[in-house]
Amino acid sequence: MSEIAERGYARPDALVSTDWVSEHLHDADIRLVESNEDPLVYPSGHLPGAVEVDWTRDLNDPLRRDYLGRDGFEALCGRLGITPATTVVFYGDKNNWWACYAFWVFQLFGHSNARILDGGRLKWQLEGRPLVRDVASYPATVYQAPPRDDREVRAFRDQVLAHLDSGQPLIDVRSPEEFRGERMHMPDYPNEGALRGGHIPGAHNVPWARAVDPADGTFKSAEQLRAIYEGEKGLDPQNDVVVYCRIGERSSHTWFVLSRLLGYRRVRNYDGSWTEWGNLVGVPVEKP
Amino acid sequence: MAQSPASIYPPRLAELVETLALLDRGELIDTLIGLADRFSEVPAEIARRPFPENRKVPACESEAYVFPAPRPDGGLDLHFAVENPQGLSAKAMAVILKENLEGEDPASYADLSSELPLEIFGRELSMGKNMGLMAMVAMVAHAARQQTVARADVARADVARAAR
Repeated sequence: MSEIAERGYARPDALVSTDWVSEHLHDADIRLVESNEDPLVYPSGHLPGAVEVDWTRDLNDPLRRDYLGRDGFEALCGRLGITPATTVVFYGDKNNWWACYAFWVFQLFGHSNARILDGGRLKWQLEGRPLVRDVASYPATVYQAPPRDDREVRAFRDQVLAHLDSGQPLIDVRSPEEFRGERMHMPDYPNEGALRGGHIPGAHNVPWARAVDPADGTFKSAEQLRAIYEGEKGLDPQNDVVVYCRIGERSSHTWFVLSRLLGYRRVRNYDGSWTEWGNLVGVPVEKP
Repeated sequence: MAQSPASIYPPRLAELVETLALLDRGELIDTLIGLADRFSEVPAEIARRPFPENRKVPACESEAYVFPAPRPDGGLDLHFAVENPQGLSAKAMAVILKENLEGEDPASYADLSSELPLEIFGRELSMGKNMGLMAMVAMVAHAARQQTVARADVARADVARAAR
């Protein structure tokens, strides 16, 4: 994949390359944050100096289905030695899906000085760069965050219903099988965690991983991404777009693509996603 | 009241579950990484790429495959593939199933509890990860049930032949 600056992104500074990270491994103003789906991956080896943010332990409220509040976010950043001025570079497994999720949660608290490592762990490892098992620790900081602001990047159920009524586009980033609401093809397999299968009426299905090159996990160029979202699905950068998946993690990847790489005016992640919508009483469901 | 591992799992698996439950989080993670390091892919004489879709574990983000192979003694050999090189939990789960169920009577794990991944990994797994590992367990249990039925059919045929 070409250099990030040559790919035509609306905000190329939302990404950093593996070369860039290599050159800044010991920069005190930069914090590398690994966030994975698999809890064994970080302890098995990570980028030198990287700390871990675990989505269940660190980003979610332990009781309610919600994200951490301001106090929790301040405590998390303080523990990781992050200040509002720190450039936080997120990366992780599986094409950075949980890295994008962590990036998105940080935006709820206005930490805009954040980047994604293009290609994530996969590219770093493919290039034979070093991984270490030592867990880095940094002097604690005092992070003063604003109150969490969900309005700009997060959508709730009632807002999605209103969005639906207004005819604005929705992107369902799950697999085609999940989108179609098909049952698992053999007995005894767990279902999707929802009572109903299908998708929100009118949603376009664009599986999240289409945005990356599977060979090295890097993001496709702006032209390639526009061909998918605009050429195939008819989106427009001026649209108000809601993205969703099953619990909001995969859709945060697409949120990153549309909002940061393609510069869409307004993109919100419906993190209630199908585990909420597919269990709601009385909401419309479409199933081909 | 929760059932003890010894009452719901075959002996070796029950012992492992009990041992892992005694570890603190760091020890558990190190142990599971060690198990994942022991993972070896399905031998080429059993399956080659592209692996068949009907052997793919549904909902597994690590693209795991299960290949049960009947043994002459009526048991099953359990082989696995995990296409995601970072799928350490799937590899660890595969090693646990292989090392602790091969050689057991398939009837003893035909109803293997899908709670097994939660018992081993704890409640920190993401929903997607847990579903993938549960599906891996379900696929092994399904193979054990099929093998149990096939073995019973052979036994009935043997009885019928002897009666003739």
